[in-house]
Amino acid sequence: MEVRDQIVGEMRTIAKEQGRHLAVLHDDLALLDCGFDSLCFAILVVRLEDRLGVDPLGDVEAEDVPKTFGEFVHLYADALV
Amino acid sequence: MRSSRLPGAAPRLRELMERALSDTSGPAPVLDDGADAISLRALAERSWIEAPKDAVLGRNLLLVTKRALSAAAALCSLDGVASRLVIVPPDLAAADLASVIDDSEAHAIVHDALDGVGIDTHLPTFRVRLEAEGCGPSFAEAGHATEWCLFTSGTTGPPKMVAHSLAGLIDAIPRDGDRDETPIRWATYYDIRRFGGLQMLLRALVGGHTLHLMSPGESLSHFLMRIANVGVTHVAGTPTHWRNALTTREIASIAPRYVRLSGEAADQSVLDRLTEQFPTAAIGHAYASTEAGVGFEVTDGLEGFPATFLARPGAVEMKIQEHTLRIRSPRIAERYLGAGQAGVAELDGFVDTGDIIERRGDRLYFMGRANGVINVGGLKVHPEEVEAVINRCPGVRMSRVKGRANPITGAIVAADVILVEPTLALGRQAQDKREQILEHCRARLAAFKVPASVKFVDSLPTSPAGKLDRRAT
Repeated sequence: MEVRDQIVGEMRTIAKEQGRHLAVLHDDLALLDCGFDSLCFAILVVRLEDRLGVDPLGDVEAEDVPKTFGEFVHLYADALV
Repeated sequence: MRSSRLPGAAPRLRELMERALSDTSGPAPVLDDGADAISLRALAERSWIEAPKDAVLGRNLLLVTKRALSAAAALCSLDGVASRLVIVPPDLAAADLASVIDDSEAHAIVHDALDGVGIDTHLPTFRVRLEAEGCGPSFAEAGHATEWCLFTSGTTGPPKMVAHSLAGLIDAIPRDGDRDETPIRWATYYDIRRFGGLQMLLRALVGGHTLHLMSPGESLSHFLMRIANVGVTHVAGTPTHWRNALTTREIASIAPRYVRLSGEAADQSVLDRLTEQFPTAAIGHAYASTEAGVGFEVTDGLEGFPATFLARPGAVEMKIQEHTLRIRSPRIAERYLGAGQAGVAELDGFVDTGDIIERRGDRLYFMGRANGVINVGGLKVHPEEVEAVINRCPGVRMSRVKGRANPITGAIVAADVILVEPTLALGRQAQDKREQILEHCRARLAAFKVPASVKFVDSLPTSPAGKLDRRAT
């Protein structure tokens, strides 16, 4: 499965668990506007680490912190190469 | 003992506000949550409670509010009038209210819901009205040294409350201010119904400054735009709030001259990123706790704090004993509410903060909590509480809950679980079992306490005494 699909899948699961409305995901969507709070993002990072074996957000440089959904997907895709 | 620590009359909040307002020039400072803005002058001069003075005078009152602004209006109206004000945080479970009413010896409930408090109680209820000019002129001074009671953030079992005096709560607030510069406009991500946020509210009220609060359900991006538009100068939040804010585009639209972090240990990466984002701002991280009050602030841009702080003269004395930070100061809470509670301070007057300190060279660093408490973005989780819930889930033999490092919230809750029937931990059944445990937890625990991950294991580390070993990794 594509990294993007795995991320979308986990986000849908978390949104359902936390009773949150997930925005329509597209590359330019600002992460903070997707409907997640910090707890949802924290859970997402943990679940992705369990699933993919990487936590690229943990050691990212200040200027590389993803701001959009597209950048977030890229960060994970790059970490898996 | 309050009297031994406060010679002479204790300050009234409204007096302090009026004093500050008479000193300020320029636009009238307000408390603003995006939906409503109330001037500090109106907060000081009006009453916002639909109650006759006799009904609240000398009484113990529970403040149960949907909006932070209502809690602020109630505090301004009732300080010096009520005997005890108990500030209930927005996430208190309804089931815990009975023990809270008992422990706080509440006589009445002050609330802001149109349709009543929403709980079954025989106590009288009074409503906060934020409309127009409040409910009338402020209650005349009654001279009560009102106790301000706050909930501690991390306890197992029924919630625990500590009593502070207003004098102790405002002791850390600088009084001189920077009057020569443009007026201070505060904004905070905190909820003012918890210790960290209450500090910000009091800073604004006692200093005569505008304060912008988030409204319920407001996105961080929206809040940042809103405070950018009014030219916010001072912004406060936890490291987690800031890590989130730094991921927004809107962070570039604010240019505060003071950035403050507290509520959890600030690590070097968040400090560096804030310095990069706000190169001209003063950036300070503060150490405070609901029990110990405000301890100190670090302004050198580095994580941890200088060892010289331990020997500093001033209101706050600190020492390291048995690896944890101990604090003695006029700012510590006076006592816990409720019968059978141990004192806040130990016999020598120091509060054990439970924060483990490690010394490296001339600097001291925070290394987590002595009792294994997990700090999820400033909210504390006792592993035992979560384990107790998991262990009641059908099919679970035992569990160990621990913190797992997390780039968003600093730490997050993770659980290792042993099943009664180990074969259920395999394949497709494992996923079903995991979901069942999580659902069981979600029905019984606040969202931040529910494990983000559940791992099935064959055994758990135990200490020589046969207890679950929390230190083992």
